[in-house]
Amino acid sequence: MTAVWTIAGYGLREALRRKVFLVVCLLTLAFLALYWLGTRYAFHHVDNVVPPEGVDARTFAGAFLFGMAMFGTLFLGVVLAIFLTLGVVRGDAERALLQPLVVRPVGRSTLLVARFLGAAAVCAPYVLILYFAGMLVTGLEGSWWPDRIVMPGVELAGGVLIVAALSLLGSVFLSSIANGIAVFMLFGAGLVAGLLGNIGHVLNSHGLVHAAKIAAWAIPFEALYQDALRAITERTSGLTGFLLRLGPFGGAEQGGVGLRLWAVAYLGIVGAAAIAGFLRRDL
Amino acid sequence: METSSWVAERMCTSCNLPPLAASRNGPIGPFHRVGRLVPGPANDRDAPGLARFEESVRIHLVGPAEEVLLAVVRRRAVHRSTVRCVRRDVDRLAALERVAARFCGFGDRSLLVTSRHRSECTLAGVPAALAVSGLVKRYGAVEALSGVDLEVGESELVGLLGPNGAGKSTLVKIACGLVRPTTGRAEVCGARAGSRAARAAMGYLAELFRFPGWMNADELLELHQRLAGSEGGERERSELLELVGLVDARKRTVEAMSKGMQQRLGIAQALVGSPRLLLLDEPTSALDPVGRRTVRTLLEELKRRGVSVLLNSHLLSEIELVCDRVVILLGGKVVAAGSPAELSRPRGVEIETNGGSRTYADARREDIPRLIADLVRGGQDVYGARLLTSTLEEVYVEAVGGQTS
Repeated sequence: MTAVWTIAGYGLREALRRKVFLVVCLLTLAFLALYWLGTRYAFHHVDNVVPPEGVDARTFAGAFLFGMAMFGTLFLGVVLAIFLTLGVVRGDAERALLQPLVVRPVGRSTLLVARFLGAAAVCAPYVLILYFAGMLVTGLEGSWWPDRIVMPGVELAGGVLIVAALSLLGSVFLSSIANGIAVFMLFGAGLVAGLLGNIGHVLNSHGLVHAAKIAAWAIPFEALYQDALRAITERTSGLTGFLLRLGPFGGAEQGGVGLRLWAVAYLGIVGAAAIAGFLRRDL
Repeated sequence: METSSWVAERMCTSCNLPPLAASRNGPIGPFHRVGRLVPGPANDRDAPGLARFEESVRIHLVGPAEEVLLAVVRRRAVHRSTVRCVRRDVDRLAALERVAARFCGFGDRSLLVTSRHRSECTLAGVPAALAVSGLVKRYGAVEALSGVDLEVGESELVGLLGPNGAGKSTLVKIACGLVRPTTGRAEVCGARAGSRAARAAMGYLAELFRFPGWMNADELLELHQRLAGSEGGERERSELLELVGLVDARKRTVEAMSKGMQQRLGIAQALVGSPRLLLLDEPTSALDPVGRRTVRTLLEELKRRGVSVLLNSHLLSEIELVCDRVVILLGGKVVAAGSPAELSRPRGVEIETNGGSRTYADARREDIPRLIADLVRGGQDVYGARLLTSTLEEVYVEAVGGQTS
């Protein structure tokens, strides 16, 4: 266990010394400032808008804006996760940084788990902090609060951890650049699946909705994001609820306990595949 | 007698006791490593029972023979945990007369003897630091190693030579578990290469290595201490940095170091945890002549401390100076092996006279008196005679047939 903490600490110190945290903090502050400005402006004018019948303008604006903030949170979390993990195995091996660590009496599986825990220790708190900051801004500016407070944030953090695990798996087989591109494309594929679901709902196409659902579950960070979107307007009904469930970036879709269990199992499967690949890899 | 040879070895290394410290009358430290046991006469002439044993190993006993109690422990002296796992056949012997019979069971294997206190000894069978047999490694259609057999004994310094692409780095990488062999066997201190026990017993410096630029020397060694499970702490780090001449640079980051300093830091890193086997892949490639000399001195010091070293280098002069044995690889096969003296061939005799130097290409050592007598009879003044032998470079070129890669 000491080795796990040592390597996890090594990863964290690397991120700290390489000023990764500083850059992330500055970008995050910029994002929050812009979000605060946008929210303030939107809620300032929301009372002047005459919405269609059956739509509560303040609820719609709050949920829509916060949905966008959640997407921003997911995106920033994913960027951080990918940059912390994209070169853990092959990238570090190509730069000859990995070999001195691997020859130590620490199992390769331990090394991989530790690097994942290191990334998780950064990404999960980051996503939660950003999620609650966004919620605070929305609530204080527009007096709108999501129907579920904690679970959507946890699901967003879970989604980012899945991306980190996928990036770690990719790092076993791909060089840093190829892995980064591959994981970002996978993230994009998740977004496309969400948009397809939106279009399917609007066109009432069961085939499209079904395909989007399968894609979202195949890369469950997308399904978790959709479930989180759904959770923030869980008790919102009527036309407002219907419109909100179409979501700003990907539709809101209930996943439930089954999805959360699948996400945990998915993490395990991806982790096991990464370890199996790493154990067989010549360095 | 609850001790392990692994612990004993480590303690000896840290307290830096000379290998033959055991004395009949003087006080004996808590653990003394007696050194590599090689064929030779027994020191203790009061032990007639060792007569047969003398033929295979030399043993240094402490205390008068009749007082010495021996516990013979057959086990693999690799790692604390391994020792506990495989330890068996603990036997106390009341008299030395019975020791010989027990020793016979060990055959001609090298043994490690540690003395716990005046009247007790622990004996443990110690496998070779590195044993490789029938090692084959294929990368697709390319066969990097084609059945290599190699052994690095206790406290032995073996040089690995060969042109680029001969398989040297692949062999070293297999030994330290970075690359898996296609077929064949590789063991480090009796444990399968790449296993946790094997990695705990070795240190490694890669040919092309890099350390995180943001770390300073002290932090880097501390990280490796933690990963190696070393409890040496600050003292070990200071000793290692002093050994490689980096004491003043302990707080300097890696990216602020010259390539030579990084190379020396790499050697210090490989020595963390007092490994029994050191695998060095081109350790002097980035060093200037003074740096190379420092490493050479370091290798000699390590040998004195009982560390086995497999040194992969292109610098023949360096290998010739420090190595006990040389192994030359070509096309993934061992084409020559032996001590530098064994590998060198007679190249005649050179005699210096007042008429200049004369070389007798076919002459041997026993011909020198006759040759000198002939020269003196012929009115020449003879100032000296020298037996000519081939250099390691000549041996190498002959073995690899002039191939460069």
